[in-house]
Amino acid sequence: MAELGKDVVIRVRDLVVGFGGSPVLDRLSLDVLRSEILGFVGASGAGKSVLMRTIIGLVPKTAGLIEVDGVDLGAATMSARRRIERRWGILFQHGALFSSLTVLQNVQFPIREYLRLSSRLLDEVALAKLEMVGLTADVCHKYPSELSGGMTKRAALARALALDPDIVFLDEPTSGLDPIGAGEFDDLIRTLQRTLGLTVFMVTHDLDSLHTVCDRIAVLADGQVITAGPIPTMLASEHPWVKSYFRGKRSRIDGGGGPAHAPERRKPDFGQDHVQRSAVVGRA
Amino acid sequence: MNGEPLLETASQTAVGGRVALYAAGAWTAERAGELERLIDRVVAGHPKVDGIDIDMQRVERLDTFGAWLLERLLRGLGGADTRIIGLAERYRALVLQARELNRTSTAQARMSSLTAALDLVGRTVVHIGRDIVAVVGMIGGLTAAVGRAVVHPCTFRFTSMVHQIDRVGWRAVPIILLITFLIGGILAQQGLFHFRQFGADVYVVDMVGILVLREVGVLMVAVMVAGRSGSSYTAEIGSMKMREEIDALRTMGFDPIDVLLLPRILALIFALPCLTFLGSMAALYGGGLMCWLYGGMSPEVFLSRMREAIDLQDFAVGLIKAPFMGLIIGAVAGVQRLAVRGSAESLGLKTTDAVVKSIFLVILFDGVLAMFFAAIGI
Repeated sequence: MAELGKDVVIRVRDLVVGFGGSPVLDRLSLDVLRSEILGFVGASGAGKSVLMRTIIGLVPKTAGLIEVDGVDLGAATMSARRRIERRWGILFQHGALFSSLTVLQNVQFPIREYLRLSSRLLDEVALAKLEMVGLTADVCHKYPSELSGGMTKRAALARALALDPDIVFLDEPTSGLDPIGAGEFDDLIRTLQRTLGLTVFMVTHDLDSLHTVCDRIAVLADGQVITAGPIPTMLASEHPWVKSYFRGKRSRIDGGGGPAHAPERRKPDFGQDHVQRSAVVGRA
Repeated sequence: MNGEPLLETASQTAVGGRVALYAAGAWTAERAGELERLIDRVVAGHPKVDGIDIDMQRVERLDTFGAWLLERLLRGLGGADTRIIGLAERYRALVLQARELNRTSTAQARMSSLTAALDLVGRTVVHIGRDIVAVVGMIGGLTAAVGRAVVHPCTFRFTSMVHQIDRVGWRAVPIILLITFLIGGILAQQGLFHFRQFGADVYVVDMVGILVLREVGVLMVAVMVAGRSGSSYTAEIGSMKMREEIDALRTMGFDPIDVLLLPRILALIFALPCLTFLGSMAALYGGGLMCWLYGGMSPEVFLSRMREAIDLQDFAVGLIKAPFMGLIIGAVAGVQRLAVRGSAESLGLKTTDAVVKSIFLVILFDGVLAMFFAAIGI
């Protein structure tokens, strides 16, 4: 599955996960490559979130191998595991912000725990993270219950990015957002991925996200990854579920728009924009 | 890979009024602490020069922490003409983005301790005012709900009330019996120990009988129920509010007070007298047992003495208070659940508040009534 010339960050082999009865994931294998955005799709209840939670260690596996950067998580020592955990950030589906801390304190929490920084730098860095995800300074003293859905996702993303992780897991990042908000969030993920060189593992249902930001897509059905690859591979697939998902009624293909339609929702790219402007604006 | 970050001034390279700064190592989150000190030192001691070149060629890694600190260095050097040289292409976007960050101040105005104290007092007064309004509103809402239930008896949730009586009444029986039994025993033991010194053993029965029936029995039960059921009501209905379940009820045309609060409060009003009766009996039993085992007073003597010491009035005084205490506990829990906001912390806070406030009010009510009964000679 791995393409030549790209190194594999997360390697999952023959993973079996079950809760009592029949296994949810049945000998699943998957590679996530460095600096790619992998979209992970599947029917509701197919086990997408279970896979994500198994990789990050919230759900115990029954059998199989999970390697992150060549380290077998099943056999890793506590300290090796901590080092790996330090390198990933997770955006939970509903944000999972700590409700008793302000947004700024939420972002500072992991930084404070892992790094010894002066309170000035702590404030500056946390605010910088919030600004990077498109939140303004007046949000940072609010509590999670005072935020809108989109702001919650952004704040949760800022917390996921707090320690400058290499790998980011996103569980349905655009669910519950309006199409414009979802489009902005997609752009944001793309921009951050480029600037920070992130590897992104994204569980999603959003066809737009899959078309615009994902480098590769993996499809989960019957407890296994049935196909993986870029959009053209998906469109060419003859598997009935993949077919109805990517070429069904709600897909972008319907109505004659075709895949060329896809980039429409995309805004002028933030990161690119800056690189171009650098010659003019920069002090360099 | 994780080389120590470096930032050094090479003064001899100052050509034409320019100073060069050489940066090296890992400018990453792990090294951010050291890096900050380095940067602060450079910023503090930087000479008046025309221009500064920052050579980033030997920087191995850079992340947002490093990019921000570089930006802070640039801002710290202020007006001087600064240039960044040799920055790896892949970090370019990050460094440029850092330029936009932290332009606005987030500092919240800090109050002096005196202002803060006054602020707190003011807020507390406003809170107390709101609490009073909320309690009055709750009583009004309850009265209206009772009225509706009387006019349309079929809308009253009888099943729900029976379930709640089971929860707050029946299931509380063992713990209430145990605790009041022990309290009765302790009262008798203390009485015996001290009264014996002047040969007044028999009056222990008077003390235990009157105290238990009039005050201690009902108070202990009310405190227990406030801790056991008042808190669970607040937490339960508060978390329903957090998850918009209350709103859902409202949109379906139900008044949450009718559906949730009325059955619970009526259950408390019904359960508390029953528990008080049981609790008082257990306390008297505990007292009698203690008199027999510790004071050597036979049960026959205890009972006949008890018959002389107390009358039905003492029993009635205790029992009449119980339903009102149930109402207080229920109403406080109902008010507190309204105050629950979005966070888990506020749920905990309000649950604690509900228990503390209902115990306080119950004791206050008991004290006021004790004076009232004394005044009218009961």
